[in-house]
Amino acid sequence: MTSRKIEILVGLFVAAAMAAFFMLAMNVSNMSSYNGGEKYELTARFDNIGGLKVRSPVAAGGVRIGRVTDIQYNSDTYEAIVSIAIDEQYNKFPIDTAASILTSGLLGEQFIGFEPGAEEEFLKQGDVIDLTQSALVLEQIIGQFLYSKADEE
Amino acid sequence: MIFALKGKSLFNSLIDRIQHVGAATIHSFQRLGHASVFLLEVIASCTSLLTRPLLLVKQLHSVGVQTLIIIVVAGLFVGMVMALQSYYALIDFGAEDSVGVMVALSLMRELGPVITALLFAGRAGSALTAEIGLMKATEQLSGMEMMAVNPMQRIVAPRFLAGVISMPLLATIFSAVGIIGAYLVAVELLGLDSGAFWSQPQNKVDLYLDLYNGIIKSLVFGIVATWIAVFEGYDCIPTSEGLGQATTRTVVHSSLAILFLDFVLTALMFTK
Repeated sequence: MTSRKIEILVGLFVAAAMAAFFMLAMNVSNMSSYNGGEKYELTARFDNIGGLKVRSPVAAGGVRIGRVTDIQYNSDTYEAIVSIAIDEQYNKFPIDTAASILTSGLLGEQFIGFEPGAEEEFLKQGDVIDLTQSALVLEQIIGQFLYSKADEE
Repeated sequence: MIFALKGKSLFNSLIDRIQHVGAATIHSFQRLGHASVFLLEVIASCTSLLTRPLLLVKQLHSVGVQTLIIIVVAGLFVGMVMALQSYYALIDFGAEDSVGVMVALSLMRELGPVITALLFAGRAGSALTAEIGLMKATEQLSGMEMMAVNPMQRIVAPRFLAGVISMPLLATIFSAVGIIGAYLVAVELLGLDSGAFWSQPQNKVDLYLDLYNGIIKSLVFGIVATWIAVFEGYDCIPTSEGLGQATTRTVVHSSLAILFLDFVLTALMFTK
C-alpha cells in the first residue's frame, strides 16, 4: 500500500473518532445543557432532603433552571445545607421565593422546585432561601396514615 | 517421589518447594523491573518520532485502522444486546424509557474501554508481540544495531505510541457505535420513544464524570496493553516455541491487567 493511501486511512480513522466523540458529547451527555456556564449560587436549608443528590436538577414551573452543586449537614442547627447554581439568565426570582423538594413521578428522581414570591427585590449571588419545604418521606406518610387509621377504630 | 516420602525426609522436599516459590517470585519481580526500565526507555525514544512522523502513521494504520472493523462490529452488537436485555429487565417496572441512559452509561463508563481493550490486546497486541519477536528471532533487531540504527527508536517506539493513541480513539468509536446499535433495537425494533431515548442520557450522563473518565480509562488500558505487547516481543526467547509463549503471555497478561486496572480505576473515579 502506498504511503498516501495509508495516510488517508489514518486520517479517516482519526476523523471517525472525533465524530464519535462529538456525538457522545453533544447527543448523549449533558454538554448541550451547560449553555455558557454563567451561574449564580444560592443556598437553601432543609430539615430533610430525602433522596436529593449533588447534580439533581432545580426547576421552576417544570423548566430546568439550575443544578444542586453541594450538600452539607450543619450539626449545630440540624439542617441540611444545599448549594444551588442557577443559570444567570434566570436572575429575576423574588427574595421570598420558596424552594421545595419534589419527586418527578411516583418513584422518579427528586429535584428542587422554585415557587416565585411577590417581593420587589431579586435573589442574587450568595443569598439564602428561607422558605423551604422538605422532601416527603413515603415511609413517614404511610406511618402517619396507619396511625390515624388505628386511632379511628 | 517414593524416595522423598521414604527417607531422605519430607523436610528436604518441603524446602525444595519453598525454594521454587522463592525463585518464581524473584523471577517475576526481575521481569517487572526489566519491563519498567524498558517502558522508560521506550518513552524516552518516542521523542525521535518527531523527526520521523511517517513511521508513526504506518503503525497507526496497522494498529488502529485495521482494528477498527472488529471494534465497530463488536460495538454494534454489544449495544444491541444490551438494549434488548435491559428492555426486558426494565419493562417490569414500567421504566423501559431508561434503556437509553442505561446503555449509554454502561458503555461509556465500563464496556467501551474494557471490551475495546480486550479486543485490542487480542487483535493488535498479539500481532505486535509476534512481529517484534520474529524480528528478534531472525536477528533483524541485532542487524539494525550493527548498522547503528536504534531498534528502540525505529521499531518499538512507533508501535508503542500508535497503540497508546489508538486505544482512546477506538474506545470512543466503540461507545458511539454501541449507542447507535442500542437506538436501532430500542427505537426501531422495540418501538420505544426516540425522544425519551436521547433525552434521558442528556440529563443523566455527565461530560466530565462519564465521558472524560471513560477516555482516561481507555488511555491507561492502551498504555498497559501496548507496553506488555512490545515488551513481550522484545524480551521473548528467540525460538518458535518462545515466540508462541510470548504471544500467549501478551494476551493473557494484558487481559488480566486490563480487568484488574478497570476495578482500581472505577473505584477511584466513581465512588465517593
